[in-house]
Amino acid sequence: MALLQISEPGQSPAPHEHRRAVGIDLGTTNSLVATVRNGIAVVLNDHDGHGLLPSVVRYLRDGHTVIGREAAADQARDPRNTIVSVKRFMGRGLKDVVHVENSPYDFLDTPGMVQIRTVAGLKSPVEVSAEILKVLRARAEESLGGELTGAIITVPAYFDDAQRQATKDAGKLAGLNVLRLLNEPTAAAIAYGLDNAAEGIYAVYDLGGGTFDISILKLSKGVFEVMATNGDAALGGDDFDHRLFCWVVECAKLAPLSPEDTRLLLTRSRDAKEFLTSHAEARMTASLGSGEAVDMTITQKDFQDMTRHLVAKTLGPARKALRDAGLDVADVKGVVMVGGATRMPHVQQSVSELFRQTPLTNLDPDKVVALGAAIQANVLAGNRASGDDWLLLDVIPLSLGVETVGGLAERVIPRNSTIPVARAQEFTTYKDGQTAMSIHVVQGERELVADCRSLAKFELRGIPPMVAGAARIRVTFQVDADGLLSVSAREATTGVEAAIAVKPSYGLSDEQITQMLKDSFDHAKEDVHLRALKEQQVEGGRMIEATEAALREDTDLLSAQELAAVRAELEILRKTLSCADHRTIKSAIERVNRATETFAGRRMDRSVKRALAGRKVESL
Amino acid sequence: MNLNQNHFELFGIPVRFEVDTGELDRRYRELQREVHPDRFAAAPEAERRVSMQRATRVNEAYQTLRSPLRRAVYILQLRGVDPKFETNTAMPAGFLMEQMSWRERIEAGSEKPEALLQLQAGLRSESSKIYEKLHGQLNEGRDDEAASQTTRMLMFYEKLDDEIENKLAELEA
Repeated sequence: MALLQISEPGQSPAPHEHRRAVGIDLGTTNSLVATVRNGIAVVLNDHDGHGLLPSVVRYLRDGHTVIGREAAADQARDPRNTIVSVKRFMGRGLKDVVHVENSPYDFLDTPGMVQIRTVAGLKSPVEVSAEILKVLRARAEESLGGELTGAIITVPAYFDDAQRQATKDAGKLAGLNVLRLLNEPTAAAIAYGLDNAAEGIYAVYDLGGGTFDISILKLSKGVFEVMATNGDAALGGDDFDHRLFCWVVECAKLAPLSPEDTRLLLTRSRDAKEFLTSHAEARMTASLGSGEAVDMTITQKDFQDMTRHLVAKTLGPARKALRDAGLDVADVKGVVMVGGATRMPHVQQSVSELFRQTPLTNLDPDKVVALGAAIQANVLAGNRASGDDWLLLDVIPLSLGVETVGGLAERVIPRNSTIPVARAQEFTTYKDGQTAMSIHVVQGERELVADCRSLAKFELRGIPPMVAGAARIRVTFQVDADGLLSVSAREATTGVEAAIAVKPSYGLSDEQITQMLKDSFDHAKEDVHLRALKEQQVEGGRMIEATEAALREDTDLLSAQELAAVRAELEILRKTLSCADHRTIKSAIERVNRATETFAGRRMDRSVKRALAGRKVESL
Repeated sequence: MNLNQNHFELFGIPVRFEVDTGELDRRYRELQREVHPDRFAAAPEAERRVSMQRATRVNEAYQTLRSPLRRAVYILQLRGVDPKFETNTAMPAGFLMEQMSWRERIEAGSEKPEALLQLQAGLRSESSKIYEKLHGQLNEGRDDEAASQTTRMLMFYEKLDDEIENKLAELEA
């Protein structure tokens, strides 16, 4: 087949080939990549045998970057250019960033998301995250011996649309085919549930470096159903470090600190916190650039007393999640602990008291999310083995609404709705001949728009002129399986599709991503066009393969004429594959997609009919 | 699966107000197993798009059939009856008085979770009686007008229940 001649060795889309897929836990403090090897989920290590990659990126003057352990070691020396905990800035404006006063960075408050001025220029949190992802991608490709088919990136369940979109953009920028954004507690539940053949109601309590999630799941006969989720997207181990840091500064009566000293003491605070997990007291020493010296002893009790309010902040969301799930503490069969911060004894104790049972701590809280993501990525990429037929039903964490008169938010999709979900809402014009209107989409549980997160302002244009109140504009809000929102609109009385100009309140435009991609390639001296061409050729090859397989199975669903049309488009695509322009291939792929949509629908309907008739169908 | 099917047909169950929820859950999972986007994550875009539409539709149908109130309204819609939630706000004076009294009691109990939970239990036992009435109006003694009026009443009860839920949530924050 002509196709194989142009494919790189090892990436031919042979139908039964094992596809390289990974799960990535892009954490606040550490990131990991895992895969399923010989049926077992494993974390992939670097050359020195480390699985955890510190989520730290240092920018150098010459444009080079240092990532991970080495960068983490430099943070007190070069705090302004060494970005730690970048996850806290994803999809966030400057006003959302907590502890900004103790942050050494030179922030630029650009619309939608903060950026950071570094010696290597202005960097968006998306770019910083992409640097971390690139390291993990390279590690995986080296370890698995070839390019990845796809990856799952995990996100806190309580991440809103802006934070999710930013994470997906970072994946794209790192050259990953993001199969799915998977909620971290759900990933943990998969790893735990499959490993222990768990059945019943489980709570996953996930306190990471910068985020807190609580999810309530029902596990039954191969179904993982998230019943409710809650959390705090700005609460994690970092806040415990920060509290200890403030306490030290106060007790030692230190003068205002330089960024270097701040970073040094924050790192020492984290070390002390970790030490106190298994010791009654910790000694902290540091010689500061100011000439001052710190030498203090912190007892476990001191530390627990000063951070008790932070632990308490997790309990409200936990109770709310139970309430939303319509359940009581007594219904919960087990509590799975995830995230490094759950190692702290007073966290475990509070969780025990709330759920009236000892939490399950037999898994490695740092790795369980990546392992669960790897298991799901393996299945999503198409390596479904017998027995891998579990079903995952996840939810949207925060309600979606639109702004109405008086700055009030009207709920369109309530929190904890199972995704994918769509709701249509009708709007009308208030002036004669009005041809445009704007719709403000917000996310959150508060009544006032000002208290919710602004997601986007959509402008509908091209409404046919009518008298006031006559037009019926039906706006459809669709949330996909990644928890990402898209909006479309149609004028109902005339059927005119109103044009939507999206004005995102956050995130990056497609142009910005393309530009960043181009810049990063310029730097790596790789050819962005060659890369795009290769990608489209692989994609086109897969498309032909998949479509032909579908035609072999279900040709009878098409009339002779329809079949001829599909075959004609396939033939065009096949010919285009050898051309040198990725855009031509891309448009041929899109044409095949359009030509096969009806066919895809009929095939799905047939498999559903078979399933309801109780007959076993071969997996697709 | 056919997009012209109604929710009951989609799930292969009879169009009736009483629903076997165990059977509903089982069919829901069977349907999602076939159409869920996770099955098509590596498939061509056309299949991914179709999968998202179908899975969205199955979720919508499930949510409608699982909630007794939404199910009742949906049955009325299938019969061509519009319960006119927006326009028909005329309610018997006695019912409105009762609503006001509930509202006052919720306000008075707003600082005490135990009081709110007790009110909620009372409210739910009250509304379950109304559901029994609705059951009769939709089936044996079919009276679509009366059933519409009953669903409008139940809408008020649902709002009160939501209010209690919100108050309880605030207390937990």
